[in-house]
Amino acid sequence: MTELSMKKNVSIQEQPEEERESVFEAQGVNLWYGQTQALHNIHLKQREQEVTAVIGPSGCGKSTYLKTLNRMVEMNPEVRISGNISYRGRNIFSRRFPVEELRTRVGMVFQKPNPFPKSVFENVAYGPKIHGIRDKQLLEQIVEESLKGAAIWEEVKDRLHENAFGLSGGQQQRLCIARCLAVEPDVILMDEPTSALDPKSTMKVEELVRELKETYSIMIVTHNMQQAARISDRTAFFLNGEVVECDTTDRIFSNPSDDRTEDYITGRFG
Amino acid sequence: MQMMDQEAVAKSLPRRIAINKIVRGLFLGSTLFGLVVLAVLLYDVISDSWGWLNWNFLTSVVSFDAAEAGVIGAITGTFWLMMITGPLTMIIGVATAVFIEEYVKEGRVRTFFETNISNLAGVPSIVFGLLGLTVFVRILGLGSVVLAGALTMSLLVLPIVIVSAQEALRAVPSYLREASYGMGATRWQMIRSVVLPAALPSILTGMILSMSRAIGETAPLIALGIPALLIPLPSSMFDSFTVLPVQIYYWTIDAALNDDLAALAAATIIVLLVMMFILNATAILVRNKFQKRL
Ligand SMILES: Nc1ncnc2c1ncn2[C@@H]1O[C@H](COP(=O)(O)OP(=O)(O)OP(=O)(O)O)[C@@H](O)[C@H]1O
Ligand SMILES: [Mg+2]
Repeated sequence: MTELSMKKNVSIQEQPEEERESVFEAQGVNLWYGQTQALHNIHLKQREQEVTAVIGPSGCGKSTYLKTLNRMVEMNPEVRISGNISYRGRNIFSRRFPVEELRTRVGMVFQKPNPFPKSVFENVAYGPKIHGIRDKQLLEQIVEESLKGAAIWEEVKDRLHENAFGLSGGQQQRLCIARCLAVEPDVILMDEPTSALDPKSTMKVEELVRELKETYSIMIVTHNMQQAARISDRTAFFLNGEVVECDTTDRIFSNPSDDRTEDYITGRFG
Repeated sequence: MQMMDQEAVAKSLPRRIAINKIVRGLFLGSTLFGLVVLAVLLYDVISDSWGWLNWNFLTSVVSFDAAEAGVIGAITGTFWLMMITGPLTMIIGVATAVFIEEYVKEGRVRTFFETNISNLAGVPSIVFGLLGLTVFVRILGLGSVVLAGALTMSLLVLPIVIVSAQEALRAVPSYLREASYGMGATRWQMIRSVVLPAALPSILTGMILSMSRAIGETAPLIALGIPALLIPLPSSMFDSFTVLPVQIYYWTIDAALNDDLAALAAATIIVLLVMMFILNATAILVRNKFQKRL
């Protein structure tokens, strides 16, 4: 495990962690799907310019937690939530905080690439358009910048007006990241963004995440321990709907304080 | 470990292959049955109308003299009826389906809407005719005009349009909705930019079916008191009109008096079939165009 942590970019560790401002703060969050409780008393902070990896065995509530942060989980009418989550000091469940505003600030990249059945250009321009940008030149500029930001510009610049379904899976996923960047979010939630990708595309997305954290706060769910170690600053370990441990990635992977964390990351269960 | 008796497996194989072949034969037979009946029907109608279906027939108005009679009145009337019924059912039907699918939460209210609409789809068409007679012709005092016919026909096919549009909306994958919501789209923005474009081809398929139904419906229009012998052509939606199936109906009834009328009815059937075919073909072309654009 020490090997893994060695590979990691450790520069971020030099700053005292408390200096970074927290973006999301969850306090005592419980969530039920009907009668079954999926999240138990979650306390978790997400800070600016940091990548937080969320790890844990299948069914432990990682996706549920991510979708709680941008309130997508509530699209399921069975869902009930208690507790508090604040985004930059504002209660996300408040009536005065429209979900549309929250989701504009908090972008999401899904496990399965989900481009719209439209052209590459229209996919990226979608967000700005729904937020009222009509100026063609500005849209073109946003599309180009976003595609560059997602490291896919070179591959698609000559096929901007072709259907996005014609791209490879890895390209589609980076397109979805570009689409997300186009609305200039503050936080990006990524739910296993590389699980459907080949190693090369995975590397590209990982590089991207490392670059993006200069500007964005990122929370990424992953089943790949190496990936968590490579790209994250902090790691939260979920188990049965609880956060067992959340600490710097170095500490989680070298010297976790809970035995269950150690068992999980060394592959003894999960 | 060997839990399967390989010999028994091998022995059952010929039987399974035989069943597979028999089933295929049954399906083929069913398909042929429909095709054969259709072919016989077409042959019968075409041979009955042979010599009657000419340019004069298509462009003349009805007349007591069978040799002079034509169906331009019924063609115009059918055209008028479709021009109003099509857009009306499309707008109301799709709006209703969107409301039920996208705005009403799953639960009792939704089940209530859905059950009632499915039940309406099963109501005999003559009942819609009587409803139209009472409401549009009598209470609203429209008389048996194009608008009254079109409103009645719209009521008749609306349940079909709604149910098929609902199916179409339900088939839009949830990950597309999530992608849109995830970027801060409002519900209406999501519906307009994601759900409707994706569902449009299937919605149009539903429209084709319902229009084919409307173009051939006879009973409700007869209940409305649509005349068969109509000399002036309708030129607005407040004019009297007649349609092809009603024309066929009256000529078939009168065929007992005059053999030539049977031939006229057969010729009109062909006109109706051709119109239906053109309508369907156009709709399919439009649909394919949308499908490609996606
Ligand atoms: N729509 C739903 N209805 C009922 N229960 C659900 C629903 N979605 C998730 N759950 C339950 O909530 C728990 C957490 O699910 P979640 O999808 O968050 O797990 P996960 O950690 O993301 O798993 P994976 O790694 O397999 O993606 C699971 O026990 C799951 O069965
Ligand atoms: Mg998940």
